[in-house]
Amino acid sequence: MIRIEHLSKTFHPGTMNERPALRDVSLTLSRGDFVTIIGSNGAGKSTLMNCISGVIPADSGRIVLNDIDITRMPEHKRSRYIGRVFQDPLKGTAFDMTIEQNLAIAYCKGKRRGFQPGISRKERELFREKLSLLHMDLENRMTQKVSLLSGGQRQALTLFMAILTEPALLLLDEHTAALDPATAKKVLELTDLFGGNPDICTLMITHNMSDALAHGNRTLLMNDGRIAMDISGEERSSMTVEALIAAFDIQNDRMLLK
Amino acid sequence: MTYAALLGSLELGLIYAILALGVFLSYRTLNTPDLTVDGSIVTGAAVSAMLCSAEVHPLLALLAAFAAGACAGAVTSLLNIKLHIEPLLSGILVMLGLYSINMHIMGNRANVALLKSPTLYKLTQEAFSECSFTGLLTGGAFLLVLAVLFYLFLNTRLGYALRATGDNEAMVRASGINSNAMKILGLALSNGFVGLAGGLLAQYQSYAEIGMGTGMVVIGLASVIIGETIFECFSKSLPLAVRLTAVCVGAVLYRLAIASAINAGMPANDLKLISALIVTAALSVGPLKAWGRQLFVRKGGL
Repeated sequence: MIRIEHLSKTFHPGTMNERPALRDVSLTLSRGDFVTIIGSNGAGKSTLMNCISGVIPADSGRIVLNDIDITRMPEHKRSRYIGRVFQDPLKGTAFDMTIEQNLAIAYCKGKRRGFQPGISRKERELFREKLSLLHMDLENRMTQKVSLLSGGQRQALTLFMAILTEPALLLLDEHTAALDPATAKKVLELTDLFGGNPDICTLMITHNMSDALAHGNRTLLMNDGRIAMDISGEERSSMTVEALIAAFDIQNDRMLLK
Repeated sequence: MTYAALLGSLELGLIYAILALGVFLSYRTLNTPDLTVDGSIVTGAAVSAMLCSAEVHPLLALLAAFAAGACAGAVTSLLNIKLHIEPLLSGILVMLGLYSINMHIMGNRANVALLKSPTLYKLTQEAFSECSFTGLLTGGAFLLVLAVLFYLFLNTRLGYALRATGDNEAMVRASGINSNAMKILGLALSNGFVGLAGGLLAQYQSYAEIGMGTGMVVIGLASVIIGETIFECFSKSLPLAVRLTAVCVGAVLYRLAIASAINAGMPANDLKLISALIVTAALSVGPLKAWGRQLFVRKGGL
């Protein structure tokens, strides 16, 4: 469960470029929630995610994850509770290392990293077994370098690495935006599979309005650093893309209308 | 080339291979060209020489040389991480500062001779007096042990974290690894190797000298690049063990190239220029190939 209280962030304060990115955002998610976030460029979606994951510090407010206050916790420490997939497929994996080595790094999250062997035989078996769930034939390519994989395969692998240690929170920042439609669909199917885990709380940013309504159980619309709309349940299931656009005059060339 | 010159350059090559492994760690694994090397190799040599002349066991002296080099590397990394000084500039600053520190270590002398003091090479020669390859075997055994340990380390959980840090910092932090700690560890280890090479070099040539570090980073880079370029002729993607071997072979080949250049009558003063040219040539293989291909395509089109 995650509780965000009065979170604010302003970039370049006190300068001509001063830009408030988050204005007093409060939000509570329960265990098993799968929330999609939409909003135009500069609405604060990515800033919200970066504040949660610790890439940038919040100016004020509190972030509490499973009763642990992580507001001031360094990024690498809170990563233990958080899985992340970035928009750029290159950002989620170590390209010069093999698939199994990448998995091993993700698998050691929260464990002590000392002089133990990088991968044990047991871990290798586990990875092989679990990778076959992706249906991408990656389980037979485990000793190949990640640089040989396509963007879609990398995103699938990154997503898999993010949930490997069952984090409390899964953050997806437009993770299908750089993929072709067919691959994006496949990665979204996997997202549904993993995001549907009742123990994981998922936040997914997307620019695709129909995706935002088709996946998850709750949708947020952000505008100018605030949560402008928060729908779930009955209200959400009766919502259409057209109604969403009509309700909020969103003018954004990147917003896909279908 | 005379037999003695050949043997000498092989022996030196094995020592420089340790330097090359250190440079490999910073330049290839961590993706930062680290100029601390020119200073930390002298630090290692100075520490090793001073301890040897104080009758400390040569192996202990080498351990101290490793530690001294590692400290220098850690300082460079801290300047970069805590004070946000560019990696290249941090290295230059530490290298400059080390000059004075090295002078202090050597007791304000520009050189320390080990004519009467025990060294690892003298010890092995005494132990196996009938063998004429003790220098080669000592250096070889030392390098082998070190390279194997290095390889094993890079395949531990910690080693994986270190390697991934050079590849992708965002991913490393998202995996719960303190990337800054990894950078410090990496540069410390890298310069530890360099200090060790300096310490061994001082024991091999029986002296340490304040100016011996000039251009060492270039020699290390040359070894890494020459080795990789040659081995990549056989396979595009080299496994880690092969890459480490390539780096060591590159260091020996570099020494042989220099020795044959001197043998061919090149003045010793031109050595540094030749070193710079060799590295430039090795680095430009990629772009030159691309130009060649373009030229070929253009001609083919006509």
